[in-house]
Amino acid sequence: MSRATQQPSQSVSGQPEGLIGTSARRPDGRLKVTGEFAYGSDLWMDDMIWGVTLRSPHPYAKIKSVSIGAALATGGVYAVLTAQDVPGDNAYGLEHADQPVLASGVVRYAGEPVALVAADHPEVARRAAGKIVVEYEPLDPVTDPVAALDPAAPRLHPGGNLVRHLKIRKGDPEPAAEVVVTGCYQVGMQDQAFLGPEAGLAVPDGNGGVDLYVSTQWLHVDQKQVCAALGLRPEQVRLTLAGVGGAFGGREDLSMHVHACLLALHTGKPVKMVYSREESFFGHVHRHPALISYEHGAGRDGKLVYVKAVIHLDGGAYASSTSAVVGNAGTMGAGPYVVPSVRIDVYGVYTNNPPCGAMRGFGSVQAAFGYEAQMDKLAAALGLDPVQFRCLNAMEMGSSGPTGQVIDSPAPVAELLRRVERMPLPAAGSGGSGGSAGSGGDLRQLPGGVGNTTHGEGVVRGVGYAVGYKNVGFSEGYDDYSTARVRLENVAGEPVVSVHTAAAEVGQGLVTIEQQICRTELGVGQVVVVPKDTGVGSAGSTSASRQTYVTGGAVKHACELVRERLFTLVRLRLELPGAELVLADNLVWLRTGDDGAGAGPAGLIGDFLGDEVIEETVQWRHRKTWPVDPQTGQGFAHVQYAFAAHRAVVDVDLELGLVKVVALDCAQDVGKALNPQAVVGQIQGGSAQGLGLAVMEEIQVRDGMIKNPSFTDYLIPTILDVPPMRIDVLEYQDPHAPYGVRGVGEPPTISSGPAIVAALRAATGLELNRVPVRPHDITGT
Amino acid sequence: MMEFLRARTWQEALAAKAERRDALPIAGGTDVMVELNFDRRRPAALLDLSPVPELRGWHQADGWLAVGAGVTYAELTGERGQAERRELGRRLRGLAIAARTVGSPQIRNRGTIGGNLGSASPAGDCHPSLLAARAEVEVASVRGSRRIGIDDFFTGVKRSALAPDELIAAVWIRPPSGPEQFAKIGTRNAMVIAVAAFALALDPERGLVGTGIGSAAPTPVRALAAESFLAGAIGDAGLWESRRPLPEPVMSEFAALVSAAARPIDDVRGTAGYRRHALGVLARRTLGWAWRDYCEEAR
Ligand SMILES: Cc1cc2nc3c(=O)[nH]c(=O)nc-3n(C[C@H](O)[C@H](O)[C@H](O)COP(=O)(O)OP(=O)(O)OC[C@H]3O[C@@H](n4cnc5c(N)ncnc54)[C@H](O)[C@@H]3O)c2cc1C
Repeated sequence: MSRATQQPSQSVSGQPEGLIGTSARRPDGRLKVTGEFAYGSDLWMDDMIWGVTLRSPHPYAKIKSVSIGAALATGGVYAVLTAQDVPGDNAYGLEHADQPVLASGVVRYAGEPVALVAADHPEVARRAAGKIVVEYEPLDPVTDPVAALDPAAPRLHPGGNLVRHLKIRKGDPEPAAEVVVTGCYQVGMQDQAFLGPEAGLAVPDGNGGVDLYVSTQWLHVDQKQVCAALGLRPEQVRLTLAGVGGAFGGREDLSMHVHACLLALHTGKPVKMVYSREESFFGHVHRHPALISYEHGAGRDGKLVYVKAVIHLDGGAYASSTSAVVGNAGTMGAGPYVVPSVRIDVYGVYTNNPPCGAMRGFGSVQAAFGYEAQMDKLAAALGLDPVQFRCLNAMEMGSSGPTGQVIDSPAPVAELLRRVERMPLPAAGSGGSGGSAGSGGDLRQLPGGVGNTTHGEGVVRGVGYAVGYKNVGFSEGYDDYSTARVRLENVAGEPVVSVHTAAAEVGQGLVTIEQQICRTELGVGQVVVVPKDTGVGSAGSTSASRQTYVTGGAVKHACELVRERLFTLVRLRLELPGAELVLADNLVWLRTGDDGAGAGPAGLIGDFLGDEVIEETVQWRHRKTWPVDPQTGQGFAHVQYAFAAHRAVVDVDLELGLVKVVALDCAQDVGKALNPQAVVGQIQGGSAQGLGLAVMEEIQVRDGMIKNPSFTDYLIPTILDVPPMRIDVLEYQDPHAPYGVRGVGEPPTISSGPAIVAALRAATGLELNRVPVRPHDITGT
Repeated sequence: MMEFLRARTWQEALAAKAERRDALPIAGGTDVMVELNFDRRRPAALLDLSPVPELRGWHQADGWLAVGAGVTYAELTGERGQAERRELGRRLRGLAIAARTVGSPQIRNRGTIGGNLGSASPAGDCHPSLLAARAEVEVASVRGSRRIGIDDFFTGVKRSALAPDELIAAVWIRPPSGPEQFAKIGTRNAMVIAVAAFALALDPERGLVGTGIGSAAPTPVRALAAESFLAGAIGDAGLWESRRPLPEPVMSEFAALVSAAARPIDDVRGTAGYRRHALGVLARRTLGWAWRDYCEEAR
């Protein structure tokens, strides 16, 4: 990895600590490693009571009646609430307020909240919930996202079953090409599978308001929805971030937020709610399953001529962020390639399946399984090497995408592919070596692992490539901003910076980045990250790979304003109105003049500061985007694109259909690695999550019912499933972004899965048009 | 309220179980605690067997090995324990391979063979090897003790022949005189419940073949027709003595008979068709490994 080192402190002291560009330590690292970090599920107040949720067992049913008498009469129960107890709007949602806080009259998915109970013990609350009698009249659920669009299908919402139809039309509407390939692909429902379940504690303030401590991704959008549901003003509903054990998009929507507040306001007591692992599968949205069909045309010269696609995304019972997921699947549905003619239709649909919404990669993941499979098919039809073919058509700076938007910062698509292609391949597998278990080869390196299913028999190797891209930040004209408050003061004689944002730390390390930026901009070593709450303005969501860019930008800008005010103080004191100053290592430095005269330390920051407290609060926005044209999908919709490429090497047991991913190497452009170790961590984690979707992770839904709501049967990769990874981090700075950064978290999740499936196809010769690829898809049995 | 009873000796344990038939025994707790946490079970009392010294070890008698119910997977694999315990894994090869496929290191450190039998799950990973080795389960109560042939132990899905006042004391195994194998399919490479599992034991001294199938029928089962076919084919051709390669048609027929012995279903972990197919593949492969080991022993 190559990084510029221009920090003044490096030239003056040689010992920079925790500045940007270094792998500074996380402030919460020690607590997390030692198990002392308090997650949402650890929240505690001595006089708190417990809330539980009664959920619908039916995917679609009318509610005829709800009888709460027996539940309410249970000893230890404080409250039993139903839809009629919701004082404000009984409807919320990120994009459309279509989801009831508590179901009223109808339930639209299995797991929908119907009633709440608060009791002095969670067990008592659960038993009481079991005594609530709900009389349902089950209806035939709508579970097929294509059939849902049939005018004859039951209308699940007043506006019908279509959430959004995005049309992209570019170039020749009737293109013809010498080589044409088509394919239909299917993506299963993936879960975020965060380890810390939904949890929060609502504390009534005695004046009709409430404080909510909750694990979430966006405090302010929660606050807005909670206020609407409770009929309260924002100053009456204060949110503080509780420790978040992973998010990946699954905490963008409300879960227990309103429920806990309702119970707290009703009982006058602090109410804690924590979902069990099983309930968690019903308590958050999942990744949209997709049905995808593509037609690609190319010339004999290997150049793409056109792409046509139709994508159906099953949004389930409520809209959540379906519209935006549709936006991504469409606007990036042609992949990071130059295609003169594009015709894409994406439909986001309501069904009675579990609600789907945000998950890492957000629409781009689904599309990439389709377009990357197509690229391999086309390469084969043209007799070209898959990497060569991709490079021939790769986007670069100056290319125009399917929306007509010109890529105006580095887009090193071909270089990323070439880099993974050039990485050394892993040593040949143990295929054919034989020998009984333990008597030689390491089973852990073989498909089937310690299950001892092969000693090399049936095992073949395959190599596959994929590249993907995604927008960073909120798109299509969204007013996407963050707020930062930075304060500089002396504490016990030492200068201390405090940085206050509402940006949710969900494990990605934004708290570290905030410290690094403050240290770099203000030259002060001690930086305190103030707890995240709604006491400061919105930071926007911790999603769309955007926080380092947007909240990082806000913190940087606030620091710059604080620094200017400090410089004014210093110049006054030094009586050098024109002095050029630099901050580093707790010192104010006079910048070296051309002749070197007058350069050197001017004094301690703390001494200049004295009793002054310098505080600045700023709102910071990335550059504007615009909605796409509703008829053509053309427009400047995205603020930034991020790219990653993978090469996967797999060993497959052809007879048993078992898979060992042997290597999963990645090259990604991150613009500027503010914290190189955190960047690599994101790439490893993102790649592993893509691997999960490719070969094992799926919420199995039959007739609207989740069949595997547990970690026993919803399998996520273990250490024996995730190979060591070679990671190449490129730093082509984006001139539009603070420090040149480019979002990091999502791109690796997009290309890793398609690369693995490509490798599986190479090994097996099968079409494998559905992910996750299951053993019986390979054996055909 | 749930009572917690702790037995310090085997006699105490039997007395407690006689008095409190509603007490649920708990050994490693890796099944019991999950059931309690998921609220699938609400026993009136727990009877903790983990301190009982009599359950912890193993010994030999009359050519049999008696493995205490409290012996853990880690002790079977030799990951944990004294040299003496690693010896156990060397003598019970099939069980040791099976134990290595169980859960994670944490589960292998806690989970016991007695607990696996107590749960009597069709997916229990000890069971196929115990079936293949024609093991016997020693159970006891204040009324006395008895040995149940492994074939009679599993009576239904998660049901066993254990009487309400009985506890499992030990598993008795006469180590087969030839190689043993075990293979388990899961959809990830560790920490996974078996989609299908197969165990094989060759006993040249007695001219016997043993098999066990897991996760492909309501209970763990033997593939009896496959056993007698293979034992017959080997015996008739004098292959126990000659140690010559097994003829291809014999391998194929054995695999087909193992497949046919399964009564699998479709569920979230796999399809019935895949399970049947996979068992055939495992049967063939494990037989290949075991037979090769048998031939190489002689050299
Ligand atoms: C994460 C995880 C992974 C797992 N992976 C596997 C796996 O790969 N393969 C597998 O087979 N299992 C697996 N299991 C299940 C479990 O670990 C095994 O079944 C284990 O053998 C249970 O042993 P234990 O000592 O923990 O039993 P416990 O949980 O203590 O008891 C299990 C049952 O046996 C009864 N019991 C225990 N001892 C006696 C006795 N002496 N007499 C009478 N009854 C008794 C108990 O009452 C209970 O019904 C897994 C469990 C977990 C939590």
